[in-house]
Amino acid sequence: MKVLAPLAVLVALLFAASLLIGPADLTPGQSLAALFGGGGASEAMVLVMREIRLPRALLGLLVGGALGLSGAAMQGFLRNPLAEPGLIGVTGAAALGAVLALQTGAALAFALALPLAALAGAACAVGLILLLAGPRGSTLTLILAGIAVSALAGALTALVLNLSPNPYAATEMMFWLMGSLADRSMQHVWLAAPPILLGCAALLRLGRGLDALTLGEDAAAAMGIRPTRLRITLILGTAAAVGAATAVAGAIGFVGLVVPHLLRRAVGARPSALLPASALGGAAMVLAADIAVRLIAPARDLQLGVLTSLVGAPLFLHLIWRSRRDEA
Amino acid sequence: MTLLTLDALTVRRGQCPVVDGVSLTVAAGEFVGLLGPNGAGKTSLMRGALGLLPHEGGSSLAALPPNARARAAAWLPQARTVAWPVSVETLVALGRTPHLDGRPGPADRAAVDRALARMGLDAYRNRDATALSGGEQARVLIARALAQETPLLMADEPIAGLDPAAQIRTMEVFARLAREGHGVVAALHDLGLAARFCTRLVMLAGGRKVADGAPEDVLTEANLRTVFGLYAHVERTADGLVVQALGVTG
Amino acid sequence: MLALGLAPGATAMPARVVSMNLCTDQLAMLLAAPGQLVSVSFLAADPMSSAMAAEARAYRLNHGQAEEVFLMRPDLVLAGRYTARAAVDLLRRLGVKVVTVDAPATLDAVPDTVRAVGAALGRSPQAEAMATDFTARLAALRAHPAPPRRAALYGPGGFTSGSGTMADDILRAAGLTNVAAAAGLSGYAVLPLEKLVMAAPQEVIVSATYPGTSRPEEVLQHPALKALAARIGPPRQTGPGWDCGTPRVLDAIAGLEARP
Repeated sequence: MKVLAPLAVLVALLFAASLLIGPADLTPGQSLAALFGGGGASEAMVLVMREIRLPRALLGLLVGGALGLSGAAMQGFLRNPLAEPGLIGVTGAAALGAVLALQTGAALAFALALPLAALAGAACAVGLILLLAGPRGSTLTLILAGIAVSALAGALTALVLNLSPNPYAATEMMFWLMGSLADRSMQHVWLAAPPILLGCAALLRLGRGLDALTLGEDAAAAMGIRPTRLRITLILGTAAAVGAATAVAGAIGFVGLVVPHLLRRAVGARPSALLPASALGGAAMVLAADIAVRLIAPARDLQLGVLTSLVGAPLFLHLIWRSRRDEA
Repeated sequence: MTLLTLDALTVRRGQCPVVDGVSLTVAAGEFVGLLGPNGAGKTSLMRGALGLLPHEGGSSLAALPPNARARAAAWLPQARTVAWPVSVETLVALGRTPHLDGRPGPADRAAVDRALARMGLDAYRNRDATALSGGEQARVLIARALAQETPLLMADEPIAGLDPAAQIRTMEVFARLAREGHGVVAALHDLGLAARFCTRLVMLAGGRKVADGAPEDVLTEANLRTVFGLYAHVERTADGLVVQALGVTG
Repeated sequence: MLALGLAPGATAMPARVVSMNLCTDQLAMLLAAPGQLVSVSFLAADPMSSAMAAEARAYRLNHGQAEEVFLMRPDLVLAGRYTARAAVDLLRRLGVKVVTVDAPATLDAVPDTVRAVGAALGRSPQAEAMATDFTARLAALRAHPAPPRRAALYGPGGFTSGSGTMADDILRAAGLTNVAAAAGLSGYAVLPLEKLVMAAPQEVIVSATYPGTSRPEEVLQHPALKALAARIGPPRQTGPGWDCGTPRVLDAIAGLEARP
């Protein structure tokens, strides 16, 4: 509790900042008036606040929460602090699913095809990783399996985009690799929110089982945890949350690695306590990174994942270094 | 009161039975030592009995739904896994998992306190469980199983790797649990401690039960020779049965 | 704007000309004598990119590769400054005469570009006539501008054309103010959607979308843009005539002025 309240305040502040910061010079008063329909806001301001900044901030909240929570859940399940949806290929596979839905026209025919296809891609990747890495995810198999799944998903995504009749499709690769919240609309929020919220709800219920897994799967099973049910809930929950997040925001890397790592000590390392804390922490990290891309290079299409990776990759190397030392 | 009934329990690895038609009952008040050389099927017997391995034949525990089973028997695996740097208190409280319905209540906290006290871990309450020595960690994990407060406790080599004093203290804890009306089943390699503390011994060889009874009836020189390939000194003393292996037979 | 390879007052008229750049393609098609132009780039035949796609189908299409161009045995190759640099260098080393032509950055530079291509082709009189005609028609269009309106150019990925671009020049010639240039953007730059909305343009001109879907083009369907369109009318589309400074650019200006 002593961690969740400050995190919630931080997320609220960053959410407000995300609404108030942007290339159009609006004063905070104008912004709020435009958002809540008060007087003194022009029609253009209302459009900017409700159709451009609000969806962006909402998606930052949802996508960040989904990534942070999924990272914490996967780490708890595999008992490995390196398990991260992006690193082990889940976001890459979700991106492939999303690209297939878009390029085949399925997403045009049926809007929900986009998050569902991304969800299916993510579910395949999580299932494959769990199969390859085994119940106790050893660092080596986990990372090797992740490299294989990411490389395959990336190559297939590039292939699909290169074969598109649209010359701009090939330039999308950067978005799918790095992720961005630029120019998203409320339509994206409506598409992504239900699967993300359902997935997060499923993952948040795993706390008891993940706690018990601290003692190994044998002890957990003997304490009344149903391993198969836990595994399936994890796969579906992660796939729904990460899949829908990736479908609208691309593959934003390292959030699921950095956030649980930073918060683990603060919550006493209990996987169940880490779940809600990581959801809030992930939302804070993505909102902060999205504000930063707007401040650092407002006129460039700087991808969000660039910033999260700049923070995350060195930490990842540090964790590998430490796990190597522990294994030695 | 019977806490565990095994009826011709068979556990296979591939086609080969690693536990072969073992029947057994464990009653309240018994501290059963499970003896046998490596590969005799001690671990498989206990995991099969708990329903953690696919098996044939009957096990009263495996027949229960998972949560009811977890309230009937606690299981202390041999692998001492502590995946995250949680505090000792948090780790021991994990034993309350099958009893929880929401947040832990006063009854759960009291059970954790009793388990910590029993294992002499009060001073360790707030220590990081992953930063403890191997012996301390073993005691914390036993406390976790105790906190589950089940009628039956099954433990796989619980005293392996402990120093002699800690081994004896742990055996005393188990013996006292039995005297208090719990049942304890523990796979053991230390024949001397098994002889002194267990109320009953079950000897396995090649997956079969070869002897079952009071320590002095099981730890005979003949059984030690045929099952373990040992010749040993066995003597009844005022302090109980003393068993000391002297050498390996041809 | 001759860069290299041709002495002033070129002598013999080249007989086999290959153009490797969308803009030189179109000028060459307009100026070359019958049979003189052998091949144009494949982009010239793409109706999304080229204002002369139909005409280009009459020629062999090249893909800017040195090997295919060399095998056409050209005695003159026309290229843009930035087209297929490696291929152009290789052709030069193989002894092929290559003339690089800079695309005109402004409308006023168009006549010189026309003359340069005409000189390279040995068709200077025709080029001179075309240049004179262009200057006169441009002056006429500029003399009758529509009442000034604020217009925003908006393309895939939120890119727009600021000051110093041909597109900006086209807008001004048609009597429109470019909101991107007014916002201080120059060259090809990103105009954030919210800035576009706040600039309250009276007209939005978007680029034509390709078949299939792409994320950069998705922004052209953004609800904020649609809400804007609901107020000021649906956006018009730029056409292929906007990109290259050929005399066809006048049609684009006339089209913009035609708007009531």
